[in-house]
Amino acid sequence: MNTYPAEQFCIKCFTTILVIITCIVGSFVYLQMPLFEIFSAESLANLSTYVGRFFPADISSIFLKKIGIGIIETLAISAIGTLVASFFAILLALPAAGLFGSLAQQLVGFLLNFLRSVPELVWATLMVLTVGLGPFAGVLALALHTAGVLGRLFAQSIENSPTQIARSLELSGASSMNIFLYGLLPQISSQILSYSLYRWEMNIRMATILGFVGAGGLGQILFYELSLLHEAQACSVIIAMLLLVIGVDAISAKLRRVQSFSLA
Amino acid sequence: MGFEFKQVDFCYGLDQPTLKNLSLKFQVGETIAIIGPSGSGKTSLLHLLGTSLRPSRGIVSLFGKDPWQLSALHLQKMRSSIGLIHQSPPIPLRQRVITAILAGRLGQWPFWKSLASLIYPIDIQGPAELLEKLGLTGRLFDRCDQLSGGQLQRVSVARTLYQGAQLILADEPVSAMDPVLADLTIQILKEDALQRQATFIASLHAVDIALRWFPRIIGLRDGAVFFDLRAEDVTQNLLRELYASEAGSIPTQNNQQILGL
Amino acid sequence: MTNYDPAAPRRFLWLVFAFIILWPALLITQFNPLLFFESTNLQVLGNFLGQFFPPQTARDFLQILFKATLETLAIATAGITLALIIAIPLGLIISQSLSISRIGPANGHLLWWSMRYIARIIMMILRGVPEIVWALLLVRVFGLGVTAGVLAIAVTYGGMLGKVYSEILESSDTKSCRVLLQLGSGRIVAFFYGLLPGASQELASYTIYRWECALRASVVMGFVGAGGLGQLMDQSMKLLNGSEVSSILIVFLLLVLLADWLSYEVRRQLL
Repeated sequence: MNTYPAEQFCIKCFTTILVIITCIVGSFVYLQMPLFEIFSAESLANLSTYVGRFFPADISSIFLKKIGIGIIETLAISAIGTLVASFFAILLALPAAGLFGSLAQQLVGFLLNFLRSVPELVWATLMVLTVGLGPFAGVLALALHTAGVLGRLFAQSIENSPTQIARSLELSGASSMNIFLYGLLPQISSQILSYSLYRWEMNIRMATILGFVGAGGLGQILFYELSLLHEAQACSVIIAMLLLVIGVDAISAKLRRVQSFSLA
Repeated sequence: MGFEFKQVDFCYGLDQPTLKNLSLKFQVGETIAIIGPSGSGKTSLLHLLGTSLRPSRGIVSLFGKDPWQLSALHLQKMRSSIGLIHQSPPIPLRQRVITAILAGRLGQWPFWKSLASLIYPIDIQGPAELLEKLGLTGRLFDRCDQLSGGQLQRVSVARTLYQGAQLILADEPVSAMDPVLADLTIQILKEDALQRQATFIASLHAVDIALRWFPRIIGLRDGAVFFDLRAEDVTQNLLRELYASEAGSIPTQNNQQILGL
Repeated sequence: MTNYDPAAPRRFLWLVFAFIILWPALLITQFNPLLFFESTNLQVLGNFLGQFFPPQTARDFLQILFKATLETLAIATAGITLALIIAIPLGLIISQSLSISRIGPANGHLLWWSMRYIARIIMMILRGVPEIVWALLLVRVFGLGVTAGVLAIAVTYGGMLGKVYSEILESSDTKSCRVLLQLGSGRIVAFFYGLLPGASQELASYTIYRWECALRASVVMGFVGAGGLGQLMDQSMKLLNGSEVSSILIVFLLLVLLADWLSYEVRRQLL
């Protein structure tokens, strides 16, 4: 009769789980979070009072107008930021894909990694220092960070595209610039577009919070209202943020369905 | 001022050299077909002529000069008078036919022209006439991914015709076409070359087309010249020996495998 | 035979359309590249960036830096743990795989349906509001410090994890679960014996991925006072202390690499 060997007790799994649990408990201990106090009756009562101050939200037409401008500003910041980023990303992707030699590839690769590793909020703080408060700082912050992200993605697209097309143009005497325009660009154009649109979607979300450090958009309004303890107004802004994010999600899902249908 | 192979070796990898001690001479304005079994080195020979590959030993002389001794700028200029028709059309599929054809003159146009052409095609008449000759009327503004393999190959031919090169090299240019179309295409290429006194060298799989259209036939086998004769001097025996490795059957355009591009 | 480019009119219209949208957008964002290159501004930026080398390595600063790093790690870990408390019940409620009414008549169909609906809405709000907004609000309630950060992560990622858990549970093999439900077992039992074994790998993998994201988010939230590396960086930036910011940035980048490696290792050991 066949017998299956007894299931091995996975020592590694057990130890890993033990380590994870230790880390989790350690985290709470290290932070000295007064968990019981937070979830105590008194604390929850405070919380509910605070939450109560948010409702009813301020929907006066004056404030709605302000929010409307904020939404448009947020969309504009994300759009221009992504656009500028795409432009520079295409330029940077060429050396990053090795088209100008391996030294340039390393240097530009390092630059792109630096640009995208620094979080957008840090860039925003830096840009506010440089060009002052306002939406332009937000545009620059998004442009810098997104250029790093897109630059790497575009470079990968270039590396993955077949070289025969560029080669045949080279053999008929075309200059490097022409090879790029007529050979490379048509091959990667659809990927450039879809990556950029995807990033724009994410940047809209980002643009709403860059305002916290003064870079314009809905975030700046929220920060301002909360600093003045205008909770009712803050609530409206938060609801607007929510609706914006949900709306963008829905529209992009719909567009994606349409796009995959028509580009076939 | 012709073209010459002077004792050329070419090794693709580290094994057997693809071309061994090749010596050939071509005059300006000649029309030549290169035939031989697969793996005989036809493509490498053409690509050496097209400066796509560098000889491992020996000299390939084009227009009387060694291309690999030229400066980058002069090499670029020389290449603009060499038109290489590849076996599989190197055209970005999302590009439109007209842009693909106009790309043939990129080596001859100043930069502003090529930039402007992307926005609005600089020359619509020229490519349109070429397409009409090749039987693709009305497809000028279609996207290349809407064409069949044979149609795409004809667009590739149209691009080289538009280029107006002095040395036209065709690497199996009609492999994906039916016999009638293949005849038409070779005829157009030959007439264009004769009209401009350009040199036309084609590597062909189909022997019947080679014999029909080309006055000079070079048979290649195992990287060396098996025979270099006028078309009328090519006998059945020679052909059978040339294609001995392919189970003795001599390929014609009819029993071609249509490449599903 | 057309002798003009048929695509030209359409392209022109697109150009006009783009212009109509871009021009006001440029105005609204106060787009002024010259501002960036203005000598005083460039000087400020240049000075600041110049201070990046050499990064600050004074012992007492490194001590603070180390503590802040541990804090950030702890915030992320504790946050995700608390997030699970929200995510698991909500995810289970929403998951259609555990829906009894789908496989036959059941009492309380309306009750469960409305519970699902409400749970969906709650989760949408939890993850729709950016975590930094939650952090900002919680700072007002619980004061500056790590509590706000942990709770912000718990809330946001609770919503995110819950939604993805329900999707994972729905897309995995539901046969055994359905059979158990049909035989009359309770939902929790059906979950543990029917769904969990098949889906556990994907669930764990996604959770670890989100822990990495939470780590990055904790740093960002520090900018509104929720502790960790972010708060330290915010303070140093306000003082225009480039060398400190440089050290913090380097540590942050190393932390991200570390988290990458850790998640890879854990996944390897467990899955």
